[in-house]
Amino acid sequence: MPSLDPRITRAEPELWSLPERPLHPLEHWPTYEVFVLRTRGSHAQHVGSLHAPDPDMALVLAKEQYARRSQCVAVWVVPTEAIRWTPTEDEDLFQPATDKSYREPQGYLHTRERLEKYRDRLKPLPS
Amino acid sequence: MYGNLTVRPEDVENWGKKVDQENPEKLAEFEARIERGEKIEPHDWMPFEYRRQLIRLIEQHAHSEIIGALPEGTWITRAPNFRRKLALMAKVQDEVGHAQLLYSAAETLGKSREQMINDLLSGKSKYSNVFNYPAKTWADTAIIAWLIDAGAIINQTTNAKGSYGPYVRALERICWEESFHLKYGYDSVVYLATGTPKQRALLQDALNRWWRPIMHFFGPPDTASVHTEKLVKWKVKLATNDEMRQQFLDMYVPKIWELGLTIPDPNLRKNPETGKWEYSDPNWEEFWQVINGNGPCNKERLAVRRFAEEKGRWVREALLQPNARYVTPLA
Repeated sequence: MPSLDPRITRAEPELWSLPERPLHPLEHWPTYEVFVLRTRGSHAQHVGSLHAPDPDMALVLAKEQYARRSQCVAVWVVPTEAIRWTPTEDEDLFQPATDKSYREPQGYLHTRERLEKYRDRLKPLPS
Repeated sequence: MYGNLTVRPEDVENWGKKVDQENPEKLAEFEARIERGEKIEPHDWMPFEYRRQLIRLIEQHAHSEIIGALPEGTWITRAPNFRRKLALMAKVQDEVGHAQLLYSAAETLGKSREQMINDLLSGKSKYSNVFNYPAKTWADTAIIAWLIDAGAIINQTTNAKGSYGPYVRALERICWEESFHLKYGYDSVVYLATGTPKQRALLQDALNRWWRPIMHFFGPPDTASVHTEKLVKWKVKLATNDEMRQQFLDMYVPKIWELGLTIPDPNLRKNPETGKWEYSDPNWEEFWQVINGNGPCNKERLAVRRFAEEKGRWVREALLQPNARYVTPLA
C-alpha cells in the first residue's frame, strides 16, 4: 500500500533503492555517562548513558535526553572510558576485614553505662 | 579486574552455555540474590541464558520504541491544531528517547548499539507487532496514544519489577514519561468522542481497525507460549501474556464503553463466575503472519529506518573523532 506519510512519499523512490549497508563498530560514537544536578544543594546523580561524538555534543544530547522534562539545574557528562570502577560482584570489598566499631558512633554505646556504674568515683581527687 | 572491561574472559567462556552447564555454586548465589529481591548489575556474574534473554527482551523493546514513533509520526505534518502538533511531537520525541535509554540498558549486557540496529534492519530482531499497521486517520493517533500506550504501561510497569538493574531504572523513567502519553491520548480520544458525528465516526472506525492489533499486543495466549519457568524464577518475565491482557481489558473496556464506542467483538464479556474476560479468537494466524514480515507496513517501517541511518551516516562520520574508542556503558 502507498505510504500515508507525506514525508515518506517525498523520500521515494530513493527510499526503496538504498543499499543494505550494515553499520560498522563505533558508527554511533563512543559512550558518555550522564549526571544531573536536580536542585542547588543536591549531589549530582548518575542518570544513564548516551552516545556522542565529543564532550560538547554529549552535553547537548544529555540536556535533550535526560533533562527535557524534570527539574534540573546542571548536567555533567563523563566519557565512560574515563571512569574506573569496582565490580558489584566484589561488593564484599567494602565489608570490614576486622572489627571497625572504633570508628563508628555505634562503637561508643556503653559510655553512659560506665559512668553510672562508677559514679562514686566522680569526685575531685584529694589534694 | 578494575576498569572498563565489561565482557570478561569468563563471560566469553560462558557464551552459549546451557543453564545446566553453568557453575552450580555461582548459579545458586545468583538465584538467591534474585530471590531476596536484590537487583543484578552489569558487572555481576550471570548465567549466559539470563544475559541472552535480557538482550533479546530489552533490544526488542528498544526497537519497538523507535519503530513505534513512525505510525504516529505520520500525522505530525497534519495535526488538527498547533497544540496537538506540539504534543504529538513531544510524544514522538519521548518514544525515540525511550529507545535510546533501552539500547543503553541492552548495551550493558555486551551487545553494541550498531549490532542491534543491524539486526533490526536485517529483520533478525523483532519489534512490537502493532507498529506494522498503518495510522490511516488522525483518530488512529488518538487510539494509539491512549490504548497502545496503556498496554505499553501495563507491560512496562510489570517488567519494572524485574531483576536487572539497568532495565528497571530505564523502565521507571519511561513509565513516568508515558503517563503524559496516556493523558494526552485519552484527552484526544475524549475530544473526538464528544465531537461532531463525523469526528465520532472517525474514532469508531479507528477503534474497529486497531482492536485486533491491541488484542495481539501482549503476545500469543499462554497455552501457545514457550515454557518460561526459568524466566519467571529469574524475574525476567513477571506476568504471563494472558494475565496482562486481562488486566488491560479490566482497566480499559469500561472506559471505552463509557465513551459510547462499540468494541468490534460480539463475544467480548466478563464472565461473572470466573471474573475473566472472554473474547473471540483475535486471529493468531494473522499475528504470526505480521510478525514474520507480512504485515501491511513492515517493509515501509524498516525502509524508513534504513533511510534514516543511511542519510545520517555522513554526519556521524564527519563528527567521529579519530581516536574514539567504544566502551560498554556502565549502568
